[in-house]
Amino acid sequence: MSEPASESSTAFSCPVPRTETEVVLLGHGSGGQLMAELLGEVITPALGMHGPLEDAAVLDLDRPEVVVSTDSFVVTPRFFPGGDIGSLAVHGTVNDIAMRGARPVALTLSYLLEEGLPLADLRRITDSVAAAAAAVGVPVVAGDTKVVGRGAADGIYLTTTGIGVRLPGAEVSAASGRPGDVVLLSGPIGRHGTAILAAREDLGFAGDLSSDSQPLHRLVAAMIAAGGPAVHALRDPTRGGLASALNELAAAASVAIEITESELPVPAPVASLCDLLGLDPLHVANEGCLVALVAPDRADAVLTAMRATPEGQQAQEIGRVGADPAGWVTARTLVGSSRIVDMLVGEQLPRIC
Amino acid sequence: MKYLAEYRDPELARRLLGELRAVATQPWAIMEVCGGQTHTLVRQGIDELLPAGIRMVHGPGCPVCVTPLEMVDKAVAIAGRPGVIFTSYGDMLRVPGTTGDLLGVKARGGDVRVVYSPLEAVRIAAEHPDRQVVFFAVGFETTAPANAMAVLRASRAGLANFSMLVSHVLVPPAITAILDAPDNEVRAFLAAGHVCAVMGFTEYEPIAARYRVPIVVTGFEPLDLLEGILMAVRQLETGRAAVENQYARAVRRSGNPAAQAAVAEVFEVTGRAWRGIGPIPASGLRLAGAFTDFDAETRFATGTIAVRENPECIAGAILRGTKVPTDCTAYRVRCTPRTPLGAPMVSSEGTCAAYHNAGRRPSTVEES
Amino acid sequence: MEVPADRPDLRTGTVDFGGVRRTVCLAYTPEAGVGDYVIVHVGFAITVVDEDEAARTLAVLRAMPGALETELGPAASAS
Repeated sequence: MSEPASESSTAFSCPVPRTETEVVLLGHGSGGQLMAELLGEVITPALGMHGPLEDAAVLDLDRPEVVVSTDSFVVTPRFFPGGDIGSLAVHGTVNDIAMRGARPVALTLSYLLEEGLPLADLRRITDSVAAAAAAVGVPVVAGDTKVVGRGAADGIYLTTTGIGVRLPGAEVSAASGRPGDVVLLSGPIGRHGTAILAAREDLGFAGDLSSDSQPLHRLVAAMIAAGGPAVHALRDPTRGGLASALNELAAAASVAIEITESELPVPAPVASLCDLLGLDPLHVANEGCLVALVAPDRADAVLTAMRATPEGQQAQEIGRVGADPAGWVTARTLVGSSRIVDMLVGEQLPRIC
Repeated sequence: MKYLAEYRDPELARRLLGELRAVATQPWAIMEVCGGQTHTLVRQGIDELLPAGIRMVHGPGCPVCVTPLEMVDKAVAIAGRPGVIFTSYGDMLRVPGTTGDLLGVKARGGDVRVVYSPLEAVRIAAEHPDRQVVFFAVGFETTAPANAMAVLRASRAGLANFSMLVSHVLVPPAITAILDAPDNEVRAFLAAGHVCAVMGFTEYEPIAARYRVPIVVTGFEPLDLLEGILMAVRQLETGRAAVENQYARAVRRSGNPAAQAAVAEVFEVTGRAWRGIGPIPASGLRLAGAFTDFDAETRFATGTIAVRENPECIAGAILRGTKVPTDCTAYRVRCTPRTPLGAPMVSSEGTCAAYHNAGRRPSTVEES
Repeated sequence: MEVPADRPDLRTGTVDFGGVRRTVCLAYTPEAGVGDYVIVHVGFAITVVDEDEAARTLAVLRAMPGALETELGPAASAS
């Protein structure tokens, strides 16, 4: 049997048949390595998709570049501190468009409803969608509604399409990070995932935890206005957390990213719940912050522009992009040593002790 | 949280490291017993900052990791039975058994639920009188009082549908088993802070005296660990072998009498097999007296199960501290937190998971 | 805190973990009162934090020679 040859052999190789590969697992949706493998082995090859995985796609039309994205929302509980499945759907879709350096123009919305869902819930969620869309200034222009029998879905699922137009001067791509780039984070991390966990009654936690779900398109517009093509990459770290997003950017661009743990803004209640449940804030989902890789000569200007917006008030520099080791993310720890930050593997579970 | 952040101060950490460098004149191997301590050491990279010669040996301090394979297989068998609600702490869901894990049972439609506290399992039993509710009681002495309370509550409420699959283990017998091993190189121990918060540390005094090893009751934050290591090294350098308490803010010599009383009422000491190590006499707990009615092994008559460990997994050596995860041929290749071959890769306190999540690679270790 | 008088084993309280709150069983810490800090494990308080000891530990650590001093040699170390 051979030892792993070198650090470059990052591809998962498994000659031994794995258990549990014949059904879809919860971890396949967690935003981490498991999901990446499902996409890479089952979905993208079959659909003929190649190249880096972006948040939104540029269409080849006779127009200033049009971008389109799609997303599904299945969050449970459907109402939580800081939002609900409706507002989440609007913000999540708008953010996918924004992460490509684009201005959102329209949304579509499909409902998949379970028989027995209270109409009061449906009204509340739809009102929330309307309010969120109005606040963003983007209309919901098309939609669909389907109902399935009791037990065939968990209450309500939403699917959206987002359509946007590239901002002038924006050349954002997940694969564009370059050595020397500054890593900027727009705000506190770990809020959404911990708020959802705390809202799960069966764990019994309550507290000053609320989702950070918010639209980031104005923040992005301000960043592009200040930095133009110097804003190389943008990503909103949703499921899988900041660690997974940074790993995706490092892998897509074949660069190294180093962050400093003491610079990460983790709110006290988030840190506490993570401590209690054995979670790493770097792997907890977010819905209202973004990470950017910006050329060093424009980084200060972009950071200043971020801090002038409501969504980016707590923006700060958290690290740097280097050349080696390519594809890896590392962190300087509190006591001054260095460790590798991996993508989330599988599903997060509360620990035993 | 108060009393946590202060113990992560980088400046104080640097001072402790400086003091360690000044005090240590020869190599020493020190074992930390608790998985939570291993996790902090590895995640913060503390073990890589210690003066050359001070080697931290990671001990079997992860109750998930040492739960016998047979017990995991019994859990999987029981959880798969119709009508059973199987409840457990989260980590146990992905521990690999001979044919699968609890998460697999859940994926195939079994009612497997994660609970934060054993009292949740009792509540579920009260809410579902028509279902059998089983709780997987795994842990060291730290969780025994909680599990005892669950049994007492169920007993008082007359919940005949509640039962417990018990696999409790005790720390002091594990320490003596490590010390008795012919190839043992460990010269001092950091005892588990929260185990001692419950049990006190009187049990360690005869061990320190008999084997001439310093034992320092230590907390879990970076400064706690560094101070505990410093106290151990000071003793080693001066030829002392006493029990000291670094974690005085939480641990008293006699421990928590109320908790100990509850454990003594519900459980009794028994021999237990430790996965990867083997049977250790008087090293575990089982339900005692009238409470044996709540024993899931009896209630479900699982009988003997033929067990088969993955041949490539070196969990035993990992748990005894004779090897580290980067020595393993499967580490990061065929064995990852998602596709674990053994328990230490599953639990957030397992040594292999700690190494994996800190990104340790074999080449990294060779460089230092 | 809820303290049913005749059932000390049912004594529960709300513990605040830096902004996150949960009901915790206080049966094993009968001496714990509002304002005390406790160590909690799987929903049970297993010990009350001794704040004097906590302060003492930190004071000892802070009194250690600074990093620069220890680098100057063993003679500079306080112990």
